[in-house]
Amino acid sequence: MTTLSAVARRARWWNHARVRRIGAYVFAGIVVALVTGPGGSEGHYSNGLRHGLLAPRVIPFIVGGLVVWAAVELGGRQLYRVRPLVTTVVSGSQRRWQSPVVRLVSYGLLLVVAIVYPMHISEFWRVVAANEIAIYVLLAIGLNVVIGFAGLLDLGYIAFFAIGAYATAYFTGRLPIHAPFTLNPFLVIPLAIGLALISGVILGFPTLRLRGDYLAIVTLGFGEIVYEFAKNQQGITTGSAGVFNIPHFSIHLLDINYDWGLPSLPYYYVSLGFIVVVMFLFSRLENSRVGRAWTAIREDEVAAAATGVATLKYKLMAFAIGASTSGLAGVLFASKVGSITPDAFTLQYSILVLVLVIFGGMGSIAGVALGAAVLTWLPELLRTHVNPQNRFIYFGMLIIIMMIFRPQGLLPSRRRAREIRFAEAGLEGADALGPTPGSGLTS
Amino acid sequence: MLLHVEDVRVAYGGIEALRGVSFDVDEGEIVTLLGANGAGKTTTLRTISGLLRPRAGTISFDGQRIDTVPAHMMVRLGIGHVPEGRRIFPRMSVRENLMMGAYHRGDDTEADADRVFELFPVLLERQGQDGGTLSGGEQQMLAIGRALMGRPRLLLLDEPSMGLAPMIVTRIFDIIREINQQGTTVLLVEQNAAQALRLATRGYVLETGEVVMSDDASKLLADDRIREAYLGEGAA
Ligand SMILES: Nc1ncnc2c1ncn2[C@@H]1O[C@H](COP(=O)(O)OP(=O)(O)OP(=O)(O)O)[C@@H](O)[C@H]1O
Ligand SMILES: [Mg+2]
Repeated sequence: MTTLSAVARRARWWNHARVRRIGAYVFAGIVVALVTGPGGSEGHYSNGLRHGLLAPRVIPFIVGGLVVWAAVELGGRQLYRVRPLVTTVVSGSQRRWQSPVVRLVSYGLLLVVAIVYPMHISEFWRVVAANEIAIYVLLAIGLNVVIGFAGLLDLGYIAFFAIGAYATAYFTGRLPIHAPFTLNPFLVIPLAIGLALISGVILGFPTLRLRGDYLAIVTLGFGEIVYEFAKNQQGITTGSAGVFNIPHFSIHLLDINYDWGLPSLPYYYVSLGFIVVVMFLFSRLENSRVGRAWTAIREDEVAAAATGVATLKYKLMAFAIGASTSGLAGVLFASKVGSITPDAFTLQYSILVLVLVIFGGMGSIAGVALGAAVLTWLPELLRTHVNPQNRFIYFGMLIIIMMIFRPQGLLPSRRRAREIRFAEAGLEGADALGPTPGSGLTS
Repeated sequence: MLLHVEDVRVAYGGIEALRGVSFDVDEGEIVTLLGANGAGKTTTLRTISGLLRPRAGTISFDGQRIDTVPAHMMVRLGIGHVPEGRRIFPRMSVRENLMMGAYHRGDDTEADADRVFELFPVLLERQGQDGGTLSGGEQQMLAIGRALMGRPRLLLLDEPSMGLAPMIVTRIFDIIREINQQGTTVLLVEQNAAQALRLATRGYVLETGEVVMSDDASKLLADDRIREAYLGEGAA
């Protein structure tokens, strides 16, 4: 009886997955209409809705959504299988992408664009590039090692960024407590990297012996501790008042005297240099024995240990590499912006960096860098199109849509793409004898 | 004596899973460890391979104490572990899985891979396929192959017949015999007592964390208590 009615219910036309997807496409059309529309840049968000939703201009967007739906759903099995157009392009270029020459040339071209393009943009966008995009790209690339390569969930990642930033303030003599010597922020970089690395190891050593979920909780707690410390220890960190007048980078070497000063472009180039170096180093790591160990740990930690991988050592390594990248970003940020307040180091930012990594494609260095750049750039772009206060509503919608239609991220790593495909094919749970978490592990 | 386990006790939290287990494995032997569900067979193997720490007792391998050696060093010492439920890396290809088995060595692995492919030709056909998409039997072969890549002197096998059709079980057992004849000592944990005892030289029976019987495999096979409890036959 019940099974019969259940079958009947499933057969109703509006319960077809295909029909239900109409809603998603129409919704996406409306969002695009809102985002690109005249918007409600004056005041209340309902303005945006009124001008965007009730205006006739929303109709073509809804029709557009329906057309895309029809093309995707009814345009034959072939098109349906590859779903959005992006996928077709990406998978088509994947084979060519395997060739090292193609890769090298593409990366070279991208680098040239990254160097030349900012010369031709306004100071506003240069500030965005130096203060936000470059910093977040660096942060995301670092977190990608922790979560994308080794599969460790770090929810206190921004704490290491704070350590780097406050280390800069400390060693340039801007904190109430004084360092035995003061340094140019440039020279703080190795110290901050070292400090973040050491804190990463101290935090990671006892916790990484435990299973993944514990690490998430402990790092969450660590992030809170660092934030609260920065906020409440006035005598040490100046508390919520913040630190100001952190000096800019400068070089005084033999005859060379150069001060980075206020303009954003020189800072952008320093950060770009670090990003290139870090990307290169991490991609070398990924394809080394270390990278294989990380993959094995992510896939099945017990099996990894049983095949001779020193799991604790490699997890610690990933965690510390992520921490030091975050610390480096902290120095760049503190010296560029010149002031820091504890509010820049809340849990929200740890989560934001995590979102950047997932959005770009966990485990793929290029994807994560691209994702971080796009998601950091977008809210600034929206600033001129919608009410700036509502920017993050669209931001959130974009992420949700992305996760529904492309959960593997913008440019997923080969392996992550497979993981998603496995999950969709139901293969993950198909083998009841597969890895079971929660078994005790010592090593 | 290649492996010597003496009075080993292991506990999960407060619950003692092994209550003083002792047994030996000689070089060149196939020894089987039998027991019902929850007897402590998996716990024993995991303790030998360093994934669990004994609360008391000693384990020696080739005359050397190994009960405090971390798990990842065991491959180097010559102990290969094929864990319960296979635990292959699902999203690595068959070849990548095999290469992980030789992770501790940087040197030539092709000869070892060839040897594995000779034992399991099906793995050669599937070498580019993801481990997770193999059938259960193929996954078991891959798990054994991966352990062999580490060139073990002692191979620990945890229920290789689990969930496999009788014909595949027979084939896997034939291959275990072949591996043994090529010079690898085998410690085989099984619930499939009849087949395990036909393959093994000696056997131990584990019950709630204790060894309750030990003898030559042929004698155990003929023993009434074994026939009743593990071979599903009524007492004669
Ligand atoms: N991670 C764990 N935490 C707590 N108790 C455990 C754990 N693993 C095993 N045990 C307990 O230890 C005892 C022995 O388990 P073990 O897995 O060694 O049995 P087994 O002989 O391999 O059984 P099976 O034939 O079903 O695989 C059981 O009572 C089990 O419940
Ligand atoms: Mg078991």
